[in-house]
Amino acid sequence: MSGYPASMQESIKKLNETRDFRLKQEIPRLPFAEREKLLHAHHPDYRASANAEVHLGPNKGQKLTLKLVQLLEAKSRLDPDKVDLNKIDYDVDVLVIGGGGGGVAAALLAQENGAKVMLTTKLRVGDSNTIMAEGGIAAATKEIDSPERHFMDTLGGGRFKNKRDVISALVHDAPLIVEWLKGLGCMFDTHPNGDLVVSFAGGHQRKRVHSCKDLSGMEFMRVLRDEMYNRQIPTLEFSPAIELLMDDQGNCSGAILLNMETKQYYVVRAKAVILATGGIGRLHPNDFATTNHYGATADGLVIAYRAGANLLNMEAIQYHPTGAMWPHQMLGQLITEACRGNGAQLVNKNGERYINELETRDTVSSANLREVQERGNGIITPMGTQGVWLDTPLINIRGDAGKLDRMFAGIVRRFGEYGIDVRKEPILIFPTQHYQNGGVEIDPYAQTCIPGLYAAGEVSGGVQGINRLGGNSLLDIFVFGRRSGTRAAEFAKKRKVGKLTLKHVTEYNHQLEQLGISNDVESPLLLPNYMREDIKQVTLK
Amino acid sequence: MSDQLIPIYVMGKRYDVPEGLTIMTAMEWIGYKFIRGCGCRGGFCGACGTAYRLAGDYKLRFGLACQALVQPNMHLTQIPFYPNPKTPYNIEDIKDPVETLLTLFPEIKKCVGCGACAKACPEGLRPIDYIAAALRGDWKTAAELSFDCLMCGLCASRCTGELVPHNIALFIRRYYSKYVRPMPANLLARTKEIRDGKFDNGVKKLANMSEEQLKKLYDQRDFEKI
Ligand SMILES: Cc1cc2nc3c(=O)[nH]c(=O)nc-3n(C[C@H](O)[C@H](O)[C@H](O)COP(=O)(O)OP(=O)(O)OC[C@H]3O[C@@H](n4cnc5c(N)ncnc54)[C@H](O)[C@@H]3O)c2cc1C
Ligand code: SF4
Ligand code: SF4
Ligand code: FES
Repeated sequence: MSGYPASMQESIKKLNETRDFRLKQEIPRLPFAEREKLLHAHHPDYRASANAEVHLGPNKGQKLTLKLVQLLEAKSRLDPDKVDLNKIDYDVDVLVIGGGGGGVAAALLAQENGAKVMLTTKLRVGDSNTIMAEGGIAAATKEIDSPERHFMDTLGGGRFKNKRDVISALVHDAPLIVEWLKGLGCMFDTHPNGDLVVSFAGGHQRKRVHSCKDLSGMEFMRVLRDEMYNRQIPTLEFSPAIELLMDDQGNCSGAILLNMETKQYYVVRAKAVILATGGIGRLHPNDFATTNHYGATADGLVIAYRAGANLLNMEAIQYHPTGAMWPHQMLGQLITEACRGNGAQLVNKNGERYINELETRDTVSSANLREVQERGNGIITPMGTQGVWLDTPLINIRGDAGKLDRMFAGIVRRFGEYGIDVRKEPILIFPTQHYQNGGVEIDPYAQTCIPGLYAAGEVSGGVQGINRLGGNSLLDIFVFGRRSGTRAAEFAKKRKVGKLTLKHVTEYNHQLEQLGISNDVESPLLLPNYMREDIKQVTLK
Repeated sequence: MSDQLIPIYVMGKRYDVPEGLTIMTAMEWIGYKFIRGCGCRGGFCGACGTAYRLAGDYKLRFGLACQALVQPNMHLTQIPFYPNPKTPYNIEDIKDPVETLLTLFPEIKKCVGCGACAKACPEGLRPIDYIAAALRGDWKTAAELSFDCLMCGLCASRCTGELVPHNIALFIRRYYSKYVRPMPANLLARTKEIRDGKFDNGVKKLANMSEEQLKKLYDQRDFEKI
């Protein structure tokens, strides 16, 4: 028995009937100007409710994504007057905040460069967006490819809003990163001759995404975490940073951490700080479902902003074109782009294609939204939600009978549990929030505008412009994780920490009061609250 | 999610929750706010390992709270942590892999082949088989059989021989990937070109172009065939 109700099977019949035709059908890519038109009409960033003006801080007067503005305009969850800065709990050269791929890479390199390092994180080390990455990491390693081509694709993908010096660093380091990961013992997909397997992702002109089955991020994360334990770098878990510390010379000089289990706070003094706290998905921008992990609540943006760091492109959120729409239990979970990279097509209720599947994500998501919301071509589920088909059986048809099981075992298994055989039936999908394109502005060495503060990975801004290409984020976190670790260690050698202060927090709270802004939120948020609404009303603090 | 409520027992305490929720969303529906026991929410991180029994059935079952659905009369507890320390090693300096394996994980010899591990694995992996392959010296098979491991630790919580199978498997995969599958020649050639600065001028030239010039080039790209 199929996991799809009869009402949805009607449309699957049409999809089957048009498959032979679709296999031969070529849909040309949209010229840049056409893409812009589609985005302005359908991308969620252009909805009137998407963004709001922020009234204080470095980006004052600019429009940023609404859910972030609500946190930037909230009071700190820390009362600076209640903290004793004379009692130092940890004293280190480099403090890394965030235990995803970016943070762990930074910690390894800072230690290699002679620094006394500590890493602190909100959940366990590895509970992160990194561990969820499926598709893989982009790098121009093939002969027919080059860093120039990679540069061009990344810049156009980002709609020419990326910082060019930063992406020059990104494409330069990319092959070196693959070599580094391989050297640490990551189990890349490999051809019988020893060459690494590469796949397409949208917006890339060459196949350049290096994978470890459909668990690429998990493989990188567990290897790097193991390496960090091997090198005995101290780590603190369940201890998020809730504010940064400055010194009287205006340098970033550590952080206040909160032990979420005991509620004790810790004062960490550091000569340099690396922020690697990841993304924003659990704020649910535009009320979309998200692919992100539980801790993706924009904490790093909030604490860096209060300390005076400017944000770049924070009006731009990435919606992944293919989030699961059915079964409802999997709502919003990622169906990797590698499916399209290996030949799966997008199909509406009439069995028709409507976009080249290897366009950039902003474009494909907008086309999906247009198909459902404007053209009425979505497939309706028993929950009343709608989506379009991702024709996964094509992967085996275009490849070989075992390809889905070999490369996408996770997808086969997860849908199999709900009675859906993705080798024979398509997957119902809809855009889902996936990635924070912007963040704390960095330079090619991952330095922010605050001396002593570095940022790496999804929390940073400038690398991806206003739309990231598939495979470019795992690359980003390792390139700038490594660069930040090296730089922070060098910076730490040269400096002495002055008198610690939280004055920036006191002043920020004061400004909010003066502006008359008050909401009952405190930030950073740390964790989302998914209790059901009527229970929230009757719980005691 | 349906309107139908079913009884479940969270650490012995009864709650009635809607059918069709996962264990994780059901606990949140009840009013739990997780600190431990919840990470990725997508079946990747292994933070949410859960043990349960169904009423009237002696069988002990395991699942991931973010993946497994609630069932009527399910008695459950999460196992958000299990003490699984590991001995550090230096991956750059492994002369004799078998000797290293036995030094780092001497308990591997205590595997009695009981299979309790395989019954616990929420991913359907069989540590008994990958441990056996490792003991036979067939590290390729051990690496491949263990690849999908989330490192949730449920197998270790059940292991008769007190092994930590997932840490053993990780060591084996790292060794195998680094030393048995050598660095591909094309990758080495490319990284040498990068280090020699072969592409620096090309990238610089692009970086200095006007947006208009770049947009033109962007629309003229030639795509590799799928
Ligand atoms: C499902 C999914 C699939 C993806 N697939 C791909 C892919 O195939 N290829 C690709 O290139 N990219 C992919 N991405 C994107 C990519 O994985 C992420 O953007 C990237 O891994 C982010 O790494 P990071 O280190 O910056 O952040 P994360 O990996 O998210 O790590 C951030 C860490 O910081 C912690 N943290 C948060 N707040 C605090 C705080 N206040 N104090 C201390 N710690 C804190 C978090 O808990 C987390 O551990 C995917 C993302 C998702 C969600
Ligand atoms: S092998 Fe062990 S640690 Fe790995 S997923 Fe299975 S039970 Fe969890
Ligand atoms: S549970 Fe332990 S002793 Fe039993 S087969 Fe598995 S690894 Fe061996
Ligand atoms: S929360 Fe990560 S596996 Fe369940």
